[in-house]
This record gives sequence, C-alpha cells and structure tokens, in this order.
Amino acid sequence: MTTAPTAPKINKASGAQQKLLAFASLIVLLLFFSVAAPNFMQTSNIIAILQATSVNGVLAIAATLVIITGGIDLSVGTLMTFCAVIAGVVLTYLGMPLPFGILAAIAAGAGCGLISGTLVAKMKIPPFIATLGMMLILKGLSLVISGTKPIYFNDTPNFYEISTGSLIGDIIPAVPIPNGVLILFIVALTIGYVLNRTVLGRYCFALGSNEEAVRLSGVNADGWKMAIYALAGGICGIAGLIIASRLNSAQPALGLGYELDAIAAVVIGGTSLAGGRGSVLGTIIGALIMSVLLNGLRVMSVAQEWQTVVTGSIIIIAVYADMMRRRKMT
Amino acid sequence: MTELVTMQGIEKFFPGVHALRSVSFDLVGGEVHALMGENGAGKSTLMKVMSGIYQPDGGTVAIAGQKVTINGPRAAQDLGIGIIHQELALMNDLTVAQNIFIGREPRLRFGRLDEAALNAQVEAIFATMHVKIDPRAEVRSLSVAKQQMVEIAKALSFKSRILIMDEPTAALNDVETNELFTIIRQLRAEGVGVVYISHKMDEIKRISDRVTVMRDGAYVGTVAAADTPISTIISMMVGRELEAVHVDIPDLSAAPMALEVKGLTRGRLVRDVSFSLKQGEILGFAGLMGAGRTEVARAIFGADARESGEIIVHGKPVQIASPKDAVAAGIGYLSEDRKHFGLALGLDLRDNIAMASLPRFGNKMGVIDDAALGKVADEYIQTLAIRTPSARQEVRLLSGGNQQKVVIAKWLLRDCDILIFDEPTRGIDVGAKAEIYRLLQSLAASGKAVIVISAELPEVLRLSHRIAVMCEGRLTGILPGGPATSQEDIMRLATLRADEPQGALA
Repeated sequence: MTTAPTAPKINKASGAQQKLLAFASLIVLLLFFSVAAPNFMQTSNIIAILQATSVNGVLAIAATLVIITGGIDLSVGTLMTFCAVIAGVVLTYLGMPLPFGILAAIAAGAGCGLISGTLVAKMKIPPFIATLGMMLILKGLSLVISGTKPIYFNDTPNFYEISTGSLIGDIIPAVPIPNGVLILFIVALTIGYVLNRTVLGRYCFALGSNEEAVRLSGVNADGWKMAIYALAGGICGIAGLIIASRLNSAQPALGLGYELDAIAAVVIGGTSLAGGRGSVLGTIIGALIMSVLLNGLRVMSVAQEWQTVVTGSIIIIAVYADMMRRRKMT
Repeated sequence: MTELVTMQGIEKFFPGVHALRSVSFDLVGGEVHALMGENGAGKSTLMKVMSGIYQPDGGTVAIAGQKVTINGPRAAQDLGIGIIHQELALMNDLTVAQNIFIGREPRLRFGRLDEAALNAQVEAIFATMHVKIDPRAEVRSLSVAKQQMVEIAKALSFKSRILIMDEPTAALNDVETNELFTIIRQLRAEGVGVVYISHKMDEIKRISDRVTVMRDGAYVGTVAAADTPISTIISMMVGRELEAVHVDIPDLSAAPMALEVKGLTRGRLVRDVSFSLKQGEILGFAGLMGAGRTEVARAIFGADARESGEIIVHGKPVQIASPKDAVAAGIGYLSEDRKHFGLALGLDLRDNIAMASLPRFGNKMGVIDDAALGKVADEYIQTLAIRTPSARQEVRLLSGGNQQKVVIAKWLLRDCDILIFDEPTRGIDVGAKAEIYRLLQSLAASGKAVIVISAELPEVLRLSHRIAVMCEGRLTGILPGGPATSQEDIMRLATLRADEPQGALA
C-alpha cells in the first residue's frame, strides 16, 4: 500500500459541484427576476417566497430522509392534512389546550410513519406501493374524521401564531420573518444534524447505499428503517401544524399533490432517488428554487398555466444533470 | 496450535437441493486453510453456515472446543468470526471508517456519533495492518483492492480470530494480490486462522497450509498444500466418475465456416479471444467462474461494447454494435437468466415465440395476422416437443425446460443459424436436461452452429464437438471433444494463468 488515494478528492468535488450547481441556479433565478420584475426584490415579496417555502420545505425534508434510505414516501401530503385534522379534533372538538394539539399532530404523524415503515421493512411491501396505499387511506380518513368539512381553530386564540406570527420580528422589527419560516429552518438544522452526526442518520445513508451489507453487519436494519419512516412522519405532523395555522383551519380535502412538490424539491436539490446520497441543504435549495420560480413567474404576470410546465422542465433537467454526474463517476 | 473451529456432519437443504452432505471442516490458529471445489461444490454455503448467515439443518459447530449455535452475523462477530464476501458487502456512499464500524459506531450521548474517535480507531487498525488508507475517504473512490483491505480491517476490528475469505483475489491484479498475501501472512503469524476460498491453483500453493476439497456438497478430503501436487487436488475436485461419455462428432472438414472471431477484447474481462465455428458444430466453452465466457458471448452479441476484435459471419465481416445488429447477422443469444432477459413471462407462448419476428406477421397497417402466428407457434410446439396445453398458455406457467424451448423457438423463427446458449440447463431438472441436450444435438445436425457455455464440465464434455477453455479472460486452449479429453485436461487449462504479471499494467 502506498500513498493515500487521490480519487476521493475528485468525487467530493463533484458532490459539492452538484450542490453548487443548485445554489448557483437559485442565485441566477434571483438575479433574473430582480432585473425582470422590479417588485420581486421587495422585502414583502421575499417574505412571501419564504412563507410559501415553509410547508413544502418541511415536507421535502421528511421525504429526503426516506429517499436517502432508497425508499420513497408518497403519503407526506395527505399525512400532513391528516395531522392537521387531528390537531383540529383535539383543539376544536375536544377543546384541549394548544400544547396537546401540537403533540397530537406530531404523534399522529410519527404513528402513521411507523405504520408505513412497518409495511416497508417488515412486510417487505415496496415503498412506492406501501406509501401510495397510506396516501389514499389518510386522504379518506381525513375526510371521514372531519365529516368532509373544514375544522376552524377560532377557539384556540394563538393558533395562527404558529405560522404567521413572528418571534424574530418581535425582537428585530426590521426582519419580520414569519414563524413558519423559522420552524422550517429549525427543522432543517435539526435533521441536517441528525443525518450527519447521529446513528440514525448514518443508517439512513447506509441503508440506501447497500441494505444487504447493513444486514450482514449485524445491524437491526428493519428497526432502523421503521424509525426513519416514523421520524419522517413526525415531520409531516409539523408541516400539518404550519399549514393549518396559516389557513386557521384544517382543510380535509387539501394535501394531494403536495407529495410530488416535496419529491421534486428533493430531486432538484441533488438527492438521488437511488438512495445513499443527499442532503437537507440541497433539499432546502431545491424547495427555494421551486418557490422562487413560481413567485417570479407570477410577479412577471406569466399565465398560471405555464408555471407547472416550467417546474416540470426543471425537474427533468435536474435529474438529467444528476445522472450525467453519476455516469462520470463510475 | 489452537483449535479454532470444528464443524462436523454439517447438513444443509435448500428447496430441491441437498447443498451440504455431512461436511466436516476444521481450522486451527495460525494457518491458512484453503477450501476448494468446482462451482456449486458447496464452499460458500459451508462458509455461510460458519458465519451465521445460514443455519445448518444438521451437524455441530464448535468454536475453541465449545459447541455453539451461530444464529446470525452478529453472533458470528461475537465469536470472533469475520467473513469477507465474494461480492464485497460495503456501502459505497459511506467513508472507510463509517463502513468498518457500521453498527458499532463510537457514540456520544443522545445517539450522536463520535466521528473523531471513529477515524482514530480505524487509523490504528490500518497501522497494525501496515496499510495506508484514509479513513475519511469514500469507499466508492477506492480501488477494488483497497476495498478488500477495508473489508479485512472491518473483520479485524471485531478482534476476529477466524477470517473467511471468499475468492478475495477475483478482482485483484497481481501486485494487489501480493499486497493481500503480505497481510494474510502477517495475520497468520499473529495466530489468526484464515479460511481461503479460491479457484486459482498457484495461489493455493503460495499461501495455504492445508487444502480441503469439496465436491457436490460433500467433503472429499484434506491434504497438506506443500507436498500435494496440483494434479492430485484437481482430480479430487472433479472426482473419478468415468461415466462413458459418447459424443458423435461429425466430420465437419467440408462444412462451411459459420462464425469467426478474431482478437476479441474487452478490458480485463475478455483478452484477445479468437476462435472459429463451423455450421453443424457444437463448440463448448468451459472455465471457472469469472473466466469470461459469458462476457465473450455478450461481446459477440453486441450486448457489451468491445474494444477491438473482428467478427466474421459466413465469411463476411459484420459490424455488430448492438444486439439488433447481431440478430440481423443471424446470431441468437440465449442468456443464462432466461427469466430476466429471454422471456416475457406474463405473455403466452405464441407472443414469446414471435417476439423477435413480429413485423413479419403484420400487414402494412401493422395489424398482426394472429392465425398465421398461431400456426407457426403450433409447429414449433410440435417440433420442439414443448409440453403445454396450447400456444395461448402463459410462459410463466411452463417448467424451466419448456421455457428454454420457447426461447429456442423464438430464435429459430428469427432465422438465427448461429445460436449461443449460456448455461442452457441451469435450473432445469435432470429429465428435462437430457431432452435439451438432444435438442441441441439435433439443431447442430440440421446445420446450425451452436456455442454452449456451461460451468458443468460433464455437460460440456457430453455435448461439445470441440471445447474452448478460458481462464481470466483469455482463451487458454481448444481441446477436442469426446473421450480424448478428460475433466482434468479442462481444469488444467481453466487454471492456467498467464505468467507475466499483466494485471499490474491494467
């Protein structure tokens, strides 16, 4: 054995390159819109973009965890709604205090995540199918529990503060960042730390990289996978609270379609659908790219019909860029 | 010499297969014990029993004299048994250190990882191995040899006294192999017992102290490596079953040439392979696992890109860049994994047989003439004696032998007169095998040129008019078929490695 290998430098560089690419695209978009639409860079618009990112961003972080293990979670959108409905039941129907509503939403999310995880890890149902089933089940349950009507939070005075209040703005009035955005960044920092510095995070990458090897190493692979799905579910509960707070109501018909936006953000952020690679930072950048695009096109008065055409194209370009990078590596 | 492992009377059954028949094996400290046998002899299965991946259906395992039950990889690790699998079991996206300590990461409180301690511990392990690898490097970025070292380091990190290596040099060049041997010798000097599975005779002579041979799931014998000639080991491996092999070898001196391959090369997998095949001839391809037989077939068929080499069909050079070109030239490839590559299992016989020739049954508008198609399918069902209620039966419901016949029918209908069969009888029961053999012989008799790739020497001997033997990507010789050639002759060529360390250049 001679010297330390030189190859890893190349790979690390190309990994960073992808993140840099996503970040650079975000900057380019920001520059483009600020020139093309004078109103774009106004503080109120920037806050609106961040506010719009908060729900999709949190959901995308949940999806990131599962996708890094080599799985997929199609149920994040309807699970979010289900958790919002649960919060509505606890707070409005049962009239319990706010902390119970928050706990119930997050616990409901984690519980459903654990069920998905069990279907995938123990019963060996492919993640796509298991979470597709959960997606439909939860959509139906939300409608059943709420009686298909929105549940309003008028009896819980501070509920809207969860998303629209601004703790930061209270301290520094010049930066009125809404709490929903603050929550997004707290979730991002926490999960980023979990992924990179904790045992659970390590197994996320390990499972996505080579599940059989994890098993052969004597690790309880199934148990960890279930824990990861449960964590992702709990995060969907947080997203449910943010969106319910913003609408001051749990809208049981909402949720379908959010999972695709979340997965799109993950993919644009450079997390591989094949598993084993990915980052929260990339996902946040991906979610920002999507909201900046939508907002910018709206500010430029581009017809709404065109917006999803652009988003779709961005997804394809991002995945193609990722595949070209992989091909170069192997 | 300390007794490390004693296995006695180990039995293992898989559905339809008696994989281990009362096998005994023992390992003492400070030795390298080679485990040898042909493909499918049961070496890897035995080692998977020893490392807790499989549970034996009978027999006893004792570690250091104590009878034990090893009910999983974890239990094996706790007993000091480390295994390095044939296909490396590493997580490519993780770093070297993260791989080595997967499942046992040094932790801080609250499930946080102590990355600094992790890297320091791994550095210490590499220091004892005298290996320089950066613990922080991603495994993906390492050469196969370095990855092998990572696996060894992982096994050693469990304080393994017993180290199982399943064909560790399969992907290594000679320089890397030497590095590996240096580490193995060092471990042996420290009292570690190493079980070494390999097909490479010269390596066995260089590194091992004792050799145990298995055949067909049974224990054959154990000999000292130093004073046992290679020929003795080979005959232990192939056995002495002198069943009279009768091959009718036709006189093909006047037959026209069907296929000529010149200088076929694809990296280290296929190196400068040249041979020719006449109409009506069956050419067998023998060799051990990883010798490059399938790779030759895939390169000829255009399934893998070749770097160089000329392919001449019926005297005319042809350009084959994809399977489509090969089929147009009349070459059909029947892959070893029929279910994945050869058949659409959910479709019926008729559609499968027509798969490669559909346009022929369509009119100008692309509408398929089902009547004509059904008639052709029925003809093939008759001539090939495919056992099925009708041509509309789904292929997945047929037995392995009959599925194979459907694939053959597909290529015959496509007018392929050069047929390459890769493991034509894999997964097919004994009765159906004889029928496939007869079918291959009658295909040849009708003027088709046939290549048969098989890991089973008796099969190659029984079918082939000539036998091409490969080793490590090179064609090491072409032997005549029939009684003139013995299994020993083939094994000698199959283990004939190149003299010069050409791997170092790769």
